[in-house]
This record gives sequence, C-alpha cells and structure tokens, in this order.
Amino acid sequence: MRFLKGARLALAVTVLASTAGAAYAEKAGGILKVYHRGTPPSGSIHEEATTSTNMPFMGVYNNLVLFDQDVAQNSLESIRPELATEWSWDETNTKLTFKLREGVKWHDGEDFRADDVKCTWDRLTGENVSREMRLRKNPRKSWYWNLKGVEINGDYEVTFNLGQPQPSFMAMLASGYSPVYPCHVDSKTMRTAPIGTGPFKFVEMKQNENVTFTKNEDYWNEGYPLLDGIEFTIVRSRSTRVLGFIAGEFDMTFVGDVTPALLRDVNEQAPTAKCDMVATNVSRNLIVNRDAPPFDDPNIRKAMALTIDRNEFVEILTEGLGLVSGAMLPPPPGVWGMPPDVLAEVSGYGDVEANREEARKLMADAGYGPDNRLNVTISTRNIAIYRDPAVILIDHLKEIYIDAELEVIETSNWHATVARKDYQVGMNLTGVGVDDPDVNFFENYACGSQRNYTGYCNEELQKLFVKQSSMTDQEERKKLVWEIDAKLQEDVARPIIFQGVGGTCYQEHVMDFTVPTNSSYNAWRFEDVWLDQ
Amino acid sequence: MTSYIIRRILLMILTLFGMSVIIFALLRLVPGNIADILFDSAGFIDPQEKAYLEAELGLDQPLWKQYWDWISGLLTGDLGFSYVSELPAAEELGPRIPITAKLAGLALFFSVLFGLPLGVISAVKQNTWVDYVVRIVSLSGLSLPSFWLGLLILMAFVSYLGFIPIYTNPPETLWEELLLYSIPAAAVGFRASAIIMRLTRSSMLEVMRQDYIRTARSKGASETTINYKHALRNAVLPVTTIIGIEAAFLIGGLIVTETVFNIPGVARFLVEAIQWRDYPIVQNLVMLIAFIVVVVNLIVDLLYAVLDPRIRYS
Repeated sequence: MRFLKGARLALAVTVLASTAGAAYAEKAGGILKVYHRGTPPSGSIHEEATTSTNMPFMGVYNNLVLFDQDVAQNSLESIRPELATEWSWDETNTKLTFKLREGVKWHDGEDFRADDVKCTWDRLTGENVSREMRLRKNPRKSWYWNLKGVEINGDYEVTFNLGQPQPSFMAMLASGYSPVYPCHVDSKTMRTAPIGTGPFKFVEMKQNENVTFTKNEDYWNEGYPLLDGIEFTIVRSRSTRVLGFIAGEFDMTFVGDVTPALLRDVNEQAPTAKCDMVATNVSRNLIVNRDAPPFDDPNIRKAMALTIDRNEFVEILTEGLGLVSGAMLPPPPGVWGMPPDVLAEVSGYGDVEANREEARKLMADAGYGPDNRLNVTISTRNIAIYRDPAVILIDHLKEIYIDAELEVIETSNWHATVARKDYQVGMNLTGVGVDDPDVNFFENYACGSQRNYTGYCNEELQKLFVKQSSMTDQEERKKLVWEIDAKLQEDVARPIIFQGVGGTCYQEHVMDFTVPTNSSYNAWRFEDVWLDQ
Repeated sequence: MTSYIIRRILLMILTLFGMSVIIFALLRLVPGNIADILFDSAGFIDPQEKAYLEAELGLDQPLWKQYWDWISGLLTGDLGFSYVSELPAAEELGPRIPITAKLAGLALFFSVLFGLPLGVISAVKQNTWVDYVVRIVSLSGLSLPSFWLGLLILMAFVSYLGFIPIYTNPPETLWEELLLYSIPAAAVGFRASAIIMRLTRSSMLEVMRQDYIRTARSKGASETTINYKHALRNAVLPVTTIIGIEAAFLIGGLIVTETVFNIPGVARFLVEAIQWRDYPIVQNLVMLIAFIVVVVNLIVDLLYAVLDPRIRYS
C-alpha cells in the first residue's frame, strides 16, 4: 500500500514535470511515423478487441471521459474530461449525468449533440438499433450489464441510468474502447472510413500498406493536436520493422512489439531511442474443456493447475520480466491484482514441488499413475506467443502422469474451435482492455459471457462480482477482488500462468508520449504528442 | 501454326476453367470462413451475428450459386468486393499488380542477365578457378533462402549505410522506383539466376562436345562466334523452358521477399487474403496467376520455333 501511494506521488510529479516542460517547449508540425504489425481489421473501435485497431484509430475519436494520456497507470484517479466537461452522480449513485462540450463538430461538419451519446450506447446494448447502425460484432456488450439506458436532457446533457451503483462504470467510459460515435453515420462507414470528433481525421487505409490520419484543423481543443498527421506503415516482418526503427525510418514502434531479446538489439544499435518494457495486461492462461471427460472431474483440472511452475514460464519466455499473477494484473503496474505475498497463499502458487506432490495424489485418486498415464491434446493458436508456453506446459504436465501432444490450430480458426468447444486443453491469451475488476470478471468469468471460453459459471462468485462492482470504498473493494481472484484460481476457472510484457520504443525527438503500464488499449489519442525536430 | 495457336488457346480456356473449380473448391474446404476470422479480432464468435454476416456476404447460398455468381461476374469484369476492406476487389488488386509485375520482371531480368553469361563463361572455362567461383556462387543461390538473404541485405544496409531499403511510401520517380525494387529483385532473382547459370553451363558443355562445334572451330571461327552463335543458340532451348517455369515460380519467392522488404504487391496480399479467407480476392488473384502461367507457357512453346528452326508446329 505504501508503495502504491509512492507510485501515485511519482506519477503526479511526472505529470507536473511533463506539463511544465510542455508549456515551454511544445512545437507544432510534422508527421509521426509509426510502424504497425498488420492491417487493422477495421476502423470501428467498438467492433474490435485488438490494439491493432485501437492504436491507430483512437486519435479519430473522443470519449466522454478519458484516462489521462500523460499518466502511465490507468486508474479511477487518472480520469479526465473529454467530450464531457463535468459529471456528477445522484444521491443513489445510480444516475451518472454528464454535461457535454458545446461547439464540437464531427469530422464531416455535423454538430456533436447529446443524441450521439445515446446512439452510441444504444448500439452497444443493442437497443433501438436499425440494421445499418447495428454493430456487426459487439465484443464489449458484457461491460454494460448494469446500464439500463441513456437519457437525453437537452442537446448537451445526458444521464446514464444504472441498475446499481458501479464506480467502475467511469473506468469503462474512460477506456480507449469507449469512443462516442455519430448518430448519422452507419456502421459500415465507421468500419471503413470512420468519422469522429477526435484530433485526427481518417485519410485512408490501404490493406498491407498504411493507415494515415491528418490533423483535425477544427478540433475543439484549441492549439491541438500538435502533429500534422500520423502515418502507420504496415510492416508484417518483425525483423524488418525493428530494423526500420533502428535505421530511423519510424518514430515509434507498435505497442509492445519489442521482445526482451530485440530490446537488446535496439538499445545497442539505436542508443538514443527510448524504450519501455512494461506489462501488457495480456495473460497466458490455461483453458480446460470442463464438459469433455476426464476433464469434467474437478480433481484432474485442479491437478493440472497445481503442476504449473509459473516462474519457469516467466524465466524462459520473458527473461524474468513477466509477472506471476491471478486474473488481475498485480502491482506495481496493476491497481487491483494480488501482491506476491498474498498470491503465494493461493492454491497452486506456493512451493512447486509440494503442489506437484498434491497433484500426483489427485491424479492417483482419479486412477492415473506412472503405469497408467493420461493422454491429452493441447490445442493452441499457431502463433509463437501461444505455441511457446504450450510447449512448456506439456513438459509440466509430464510431472503428473499426463502425456500431452500439441495441436496447433490455424490462427483464423482459433476462436471458432474454442467456441465449438472442440478441444480438451488449450493454451490461451487474454487481453484486458481496462485494468478493472468489472471489465475482467464480467467479460471473462461471468456466467453466459461470450468471452468466458470455458463456460465456467459459479453462481456464488457471480454474486460477489456484482457485490464488488457496487462497492465505493476502493480499499474494501480491493480485498473482495483479491478474494474473488483467489477463488477463480482455486476453481481452475481459467488458471492464469503469467502476465506478458512488451517493449514500446520511440525516438528521442518524440515528446510528451507516455507508455501505458497497465493496459495497451487506452493511450493512443496522440493529442499533445509533438516532434522536437 | 495458326491452328496450333487456336488449339492452345482452347486448351488454355479449359485449363483456366479447371483452375477456377479447383481454387473455388479448395477455399471452401479449408476450415473457417471470413465470418470466423472477422469475429477473431473481437475475441469471440456470436453464432447469430455470424449467421447475419454470412448472409450479408452471400456465404449462405448454395455452392453452385456462389460459383456461378463469381464466374459470371469475372467474365463481365465484376470482381466483387473484398470481404475485409469492403472495397471493390478491382480497386484492391489494381494498384498492387503493377508493383509485383515490376518486381518479377526485374528479378527475371537480373536472373537472365547474370545467369546466362556466367553459365556460358563457366562452361567455356570449365575446371578453372573462374568455373569454381561461378559454381560456388550458383550453389549459394540454390541453398540460401531468399527471406534469409533479404534479411542479411537489410541488416548490412542498416549497419553499414544507416538506412533501410524498404517500401514505406510509393516511389515518385523512375530512378527511385528502380532503386527500391532492385535490391529485392536481386534477392529473389538470385535463386533463379543460379538455376539458369547451372543449366546453361551443363547444356553448353554438352553442345560444346558436338561435331558441329568442332567443325566450326576447324573452319577457323573465333571463340566468341563459336560460344555465342553456335553453342549458346543450341544450348539455350532447355534454358528457355526453365526461364518460363521460373517466371511462374517467382510468385512463391516474391511472397517472402515482398514481406521482408515490405513491398505492397499482390504476392504478399494473396497470402494475407488466404489467411482472411477473402474469397473474392483469392479467387480472382489465383485466376490471374493461372492466366499468366498458361500465357507464359504458350510464349515459351512458340519461342522454341523461333530459336530452333527445326521445330515446326502444325
């Protein structure tokens, strides 16, 4: 706790320093050149769940509120106004009213009004939406389980009506995943040529080539953005794009694209570049098909979770930089995760040898042993970040009489396979858009959620999800979150193996850019980023 | 000759029809479709929304109807829409085809430019140090994968010259274009030039032992005349066949080279389109490649008659 206070202080000092510095030195102009790892699936942030869309397209839009782009750690304390100028809760903490900024224009010249806010959340909840406006994919529908509707009070005021108090609702609205969409633009246009109110206007997206944006000259925040535009060049080969960054062809890498091994090359060959190796809030986790025998036996599932040596994964795959965690990202980067001393008490996280001894007993009870080994197939996506941990997992399972063979599934077919439950055991990656328990629990562990891949459903725990969601005392809530997180690991809901890290590098002339430390999805407005050239 | 060409054209049409059926069927046999893949970036699959999407894209239609819609569109110049970008397929393919065509043309040009003369020199200077050096170079060309060679070239440029010769913006002048495409073309053409070099060498060695070469020599013809007028003309026939085949196979090498040098051509685009199950793009592009291959084959066959007057088509 003392650490957290210290961290907040350090962050506050950083913000003050950067703001003060910016006042003296900001220069307008120039195109920020960033490399991108692949063509974004679309420009419609609400329809995607990937940084491939968020990083380039966040600058097109505005939110009602946004996580402070100069603060590395997203939290309830770092939320700032954007299209909303102020907000207030009613006495029941179930009505959240926003006063909206006047004089804001969409990129096509139309005025921004309160009905645009209502339309956006109607699209997200699927209420009163025509076919043209309907989101083709709606990956974050589960975020709004508590939203009963959005009321318009005149042209520049809206009220979100919630079923129960939910402090985290603000965190969700502040995410890069929560832009306001225009009422008058259909979903197809939002995918292909999005219209926003943000600091940058979309110019074009050429598959496999580039995505370009130009400065919004009519931006409501006078004097901003400072850049004339942003150009994302799509470079599929990681070796080529990192070499391109080293050669100075790009000002910035794609978020988290630089691995620990590549970071050494960058530091050596481009010593003036700034690089931050931070947690991505993308966990590697085990998914077990609990409907497929023998995995319908909870003891076998538990044994599998107990044999995992998390530190070995971290050492081998991230050169010791990854983080052992539960469902929530642990401190210092995370706000809500269990610290190491608490985590060590959770079943499966303590002494590995003792855990494996317990696991062998469970396997023996289920009828398996050295002479009667269990043969399983571990399925995973055919990408290195999925395959590599799966190989280590196979080695760990051998310790408890399980012989596994790896089945790599073509990447495009992975979610279809998981949705069909056409697997026994899977190695999976889960990215969390906002470092917040509501987002993580309701999206990945709630009964019936589309992204709850294993179909885990614990009614008692579900009640606790709802309970923690309504708690306004953050410290009390954190204790309950830890309790829930520990229970999720003990239930082998989706055992988290470790949290990944990724490096983001930028040239020394890129100013006022802050690498996010607890989410890769919320830091790409680029409004006050400038080039010292 | 005319009747031969007409027969070949009819055969080409039949081949292209067969190709269209094969590519159409193969794409549908691969697990997953565009709806699965579009949902992949959302991290889940909603069966109801997936069904809407399939209906929107016409994937719920019977296969024969899907095939007929595609092929009838193709014949009338309507290539359909890319499932991914939702733009007309012609708009997506149009700008990329010239890029790959230029790259492939340059690669083929380099491979012939170096392969043919070095093959002749190697044969003429058989078992001398020149021959050994040329053979080592050709062996390297055969054994170095083009992606690895490409990366080595990029690393060398970054380390020694401080810049990277990759495509980030379209070249504005012919000179820029030549500079940009030369290096990847050399990287991808290296293998083809090695094959041409080795085949020219062995073919030349065989011809050099023929009686008519000895006769030419005894009549006092110069070595240049013997090598290039008499020997090469006779040795070049199998080499022409190989050049034709290599032209067709270049597309494989270009996929990796376009990826390494970040060139937005159709070769890399084809792979991405296959991964996305972007049927309109893949089907039309494969048909284009098939068309090029059959046309190149026809040209090579016709070239035989030009190069060797003994060959007559009837």
